[in-house]
Amino acid sequence: MRVWKFGDDIDTDQIIPAEYLTTGDAAELARHAFAKLRPEFSREVKKGDVIVAGANFGCGSSREHAPRALMGAGISCVIAKSFARIFFRNAINIGLRVIEADARNIEEGDEVEIDFERGVIRDLTRGEEYSFKPLPEFMQKLLDSGGLIAYIKNAKSDSGR
Amino acid sequence: MATIAEKILEGETGEIVEREVDYIMVNDITGVPAFEVLDELGEEPKREKIVVVQDHYVPNKDIASAEQAKALRNYARRYRIPHYYEIGRGGICHQVMIEEGFVAPGRLIIGADSHTCSYGAFGAFSTGVGSTEAGAAMATGRLWFKVPATQKFVVNGDLRKYVMGKDIILHIIGDIGVSGSLYMAQEYYGSTIDNLSLTDRITMANMAVEAGAKAGIVPPDETVFSFLRNRVRGNYKPVYADEDAEYEAIFEYDAAEIVPTVAKPFSPANIAPASELDNVLIDQAYLGSCTNGRIEDLRVAAALLNGKKVNPDVRMIVVPASERVLKQALDEGLVRIFVDAGAFICGATCGACLGGYMGVLAKGERCISTTNRNFVGRMGHKDSEVYLANPAVVAASAITGRITDPSDLD
Repeated sequence: MRVWKFGDDIDTDQIIPAEYLTTGDAAELARHAFAKLRPEFSREVKKGDVIVAGANFGCGSSREHAPRALMGAGISCVIAKSFARIFFRNAINIGLRVIEADARNIEEGDEVEIDFERGVIRDLTRGEEYSFKPLPEFMQKLLDSGGLIAYIKNAKSDSGR
Repeated sequence: MATIAEKILEGETGEIVEREVDYIMVNDITGVPAFEVLDELGEEPKREKIVVVQDHYVPNKDIASAEQAKALRNYARRYRIPHYYEIGRGGICHQVMIEEGFVAPGRLIIGADSHTCSYGAFGAFSTGVGSTEAGAAMATGRLWFKVPATQKFVVNGDLRKYVMGKDIILHIIGDIGVSGSLYMAQEYYGSTIDNLSLTDRITMANMAVEAGAKAGIVPPDETVFSFLRNRVRGNYKPVYADEDAEYEAIFEYDAAEIVPTVAKPFSPANIAPASELDNVLIDQAYLGSCTNGRIEDLRVAAALLNGKKVNPDVRMIVVPASERVLKQALDEGLVRIFVDAGAFICGATCGACLGGYMGVLAKGERCISTTNRNFVGRMGHKDSEVYLANPAVVAASAITGRITDPSDLD
């Protein structure tokens, strides 16, 4: 999995600028992801790529279009030192994996692999490892279900309705 | 023992709880994806809890936004949503929520818009959520929350002339940074807050999210209760923090030290006194938004612009936060003052605040704005700049053509 590296305070206006919010379609949104900050992103991103960022990733607007655009672009996981709370919720609710970890030495273009079970990020390019704490049980359950919609549907069928 | 957040969410800090919400608000950007979730869940919606407001890209800016607004309108009809606000009869979603009496102390309100935290000015716990969870809450009436830790902000003393709620919150964000309240709630106290108008309290709570906060809450008092008389829907019960509530941190400020403040590009935390930026020329002055588009804000700006002209090199745009604000501004003669000064004025919309339309900036242009964000490209081209300020600073700057501390015009 190849890394796209970003700094601190990447706001949702950078992830998906407001002028493209006339659709909720992930594939369409992905065409404009990081349009102003890194115009090459939408052309060059490959399925499975990972974003590694600094603090407060996804600050700003509540637009779920931001994690949707990243999912649509094929991003498999976002690793950040910290996340803005609405982005964090949105990612989990739609089933985009997010990891809170300070993976400071990972650089643009590095190859990484992530062991979610054991909570380890391996930077294969540099031969370094970072551990991360698993999500709280409830949030992990949401993610494992595939997001909030699937979780609610499961809960409904479990209760026999 | 407990903070306001802990009491309204009925849990201890750090606990994940599932709670019944009082209202769920969506707008024309976030609403359609939320209703799609409702469709997918196949449930009858909790109609009375749902508020739908067309505000971000209306009047439609292009065909795609027209289709989006139409889709939202059709959903509201199909699901027979009683609280639906069309353009000309509503305004910016948060102002509508407040004016129409949905907001009250002690309530738990979610909205698919990050500035939903505005209602903390009334002692509500209100927070921004995404479309999927808004849609899920439409179906179930409930949502999961992690009970946040709370930071206490105490401001004491009298504010100087031309210093407003905007300056207090910019001062706080400048102090703690844009992630200074990440995952936490803010509570505001002190004599300055007690004496602050409701509109200035709304400005403060509105921008709590710019420090990463989940909510910004003022303990409700008579200022709030009197606003709600003959307006609020249903009953409400004010909630206050216990004397011995546990706070993550306590910050204290002296009101006298807060000056008219500007947040420079590209962060709301990048603050400087307006008086130190008088070499910054501006192309546009924007008065409006859920942060500072209320009647009190318009009055402050109109008082400065009365009998004066907007600088020939500046376009001034005035956007009242709601149709009610516009009507009031008409009745008070404020619209006449703006028009005579050479400002452009229009009906309520989020418009240029998020770089949507009606005031988008070209490459290299600068805007002094009463809005809430100044990120790269927020109001248009990636090489344009937004400076955040209070309505008095924006009006004074519109007159001089450069960033101006309004006391320089006295």
